[in-house]
Amino acid sequence: MTTLLIDAQNVSKTFVLHQQDGLALPVLDDVSLQVAVGECVALVGPSGAGKSTFLKALYANYLVQAGTIGIFHREGWVDMVAALPHQIVEVRRHTLGYVSQFLRVIPRVSALDIVAEPLVEWGESLEAARTVAGTWLARLNIHERLWSLPPATFSGGEQQRVNIARGMIAPRPILLLDEPTASLDAANRAVVIELMREAKARGAALVGIFHDEATRDTVADRLFTVPLARRLDTAKELTA
Amino acid sequence: MTPILSVRQVAKRYGQRYGCREVSFDLYPGEVLCIVGESGSGKSTLLSTLAGKLAADEGEVTFRDVNGTEHDLLTLAEADRRRLARTEWGFVTQHARDGLRMNVSAGANVSERLMALGQRHYGELRATAGEWLEKVEISAERLDDRPSQFSGGMQQRLQIARNLVTKPRLVFMDEPTGGLDVSVQARFLDLLRRLVHETGIAVIMVTHDLGVARLLAHRTLVMQQGRVVEAGLTDQILDDPQHPYTQLLVSSILQA
Repeated sequence: MTTLLIDAQNVSKTFVLHQQDGLALPVLDDVSLQVAVGECVALVGPSGAGKSTFLKALYANYLVQAGTIGIFHREGWVDMVAALPHQIVEVRRHTLGYVSQFLRVIPRVSALDIVAEPLVEWGESLEAARTVAGTWLARLNIHERLWSLPPATFSGGEQQRVNIARGMIAPRPILLLDEPTASLDAANRAVVIELMREAKARGAALVGIFHDEATRDTVADRLFTVPLARRLDTAKELTA
Repeated sequence: MTPILSVRQVAKRYGQRYGCREVSFDLYPGEVLCIVGESGSGKSTLLSTLAGKLAADEGEVTFRDVNGTEHDLLTLAEADRRRLARTEWGFVTQHARDGLRMNVSAGANVSERLMALGQRHYGELRATAGEWLEKVEISAERLDDRPSQFSGGMQQRLQIARNLVTKPRLVFMDEPTGGLDVSVQARFLDLLRRLVHETGIAVIMVTHDLGVARLLAHRTLVMQQGRVVEAGLTDQILDDPQHPYTQLLVSSILQA
């Protein structure tokens, strides 16, 4: 029997836009997904089908109206839909990582400390965490002269690589990846692919959205088509 | 994990009008909670009521001290409240001059709470005060200077040192970044985040700045007309707001 790390069942999500007369946009309708140890699942489907919404729901960044989202945390299952905020914070800190396209950090903090922070939160000393952070930045081809600078002034690709280092430095058992290679050149894309492979090899479960099909086919064990919610066409007509 | 503070159906009235009403939440050790909302939404009233600076008219507030003993804050004797305020709580005000003693030295400002707890050894007090100045990135050489000689950002950091020196478990903050330049604010937020992590304190912070809430707070309460209209994880509230007022608030953020 394979060991599951993610067990999402019958997840439904509708956005209600109160500033547009309460317009209801159903995006997820009865979506279920299970992901096992060491497995990488790529979310696929047309733009607007809800891939990103589903990924954010798994992270409890978006609220869902129905369903359960089981995350295997330490020795048992936590339902992210029912969990209290401090429990979600704990699950994210130790079990569930998220690599987004955009870096959101305190201004004026150095790239090195931004990357080191998750390890510090795991209880590492600042010095030890900085050493590891340096190896991640080096691997992702961020030049050492940039390490002490805040990433606000970095290029888009550099910021994304800082973000990847920050998101992957703590070896969490589950990683959610939203277009991790979107603005990277071929060399850096290859590094990120290798990092994802290493994460799988240590047993992590990965769920990702990969715009680039070559990357997707290299890391994904399985494609999962996020089903179109019913009435989506009607909703689109309403917003048009 | 048991909450450090349990708030149930708390209300504060000004005459016939409610400053805040029907507020309930639990705060856990190490948690940073932001209260957001526009001016007049009742967020500062709520903070002052929870901290015992204003007397609540309805509800229950239970605080669990370091020994696990529960205190009903709304019926607590004034002497006991003062003791808790000295040992277990801190309060950081928006204007540093309301939270500092401007006519005594920085060192005396930091030592005051320690002395209130019975520490008398001058050398030790001075050493501890110096350590805390360094922790909030003020040179220990400034120990004998008065806060009036400090910049706004330094005064606010001094206020943090003055409050955290006795290792409180719960710190209330009322718009602590409100009077600071943006560049100073970033450094202050970074410091605050580090200190929260190192000390494990719980924080309840009032702010009108959703950006501050995103960077600092695990959890956020949104207030409108005295009531909490939405509560939850900060990133969830900002990225997927549910209540009409929260949606309006989030959509009104200026993108830099």
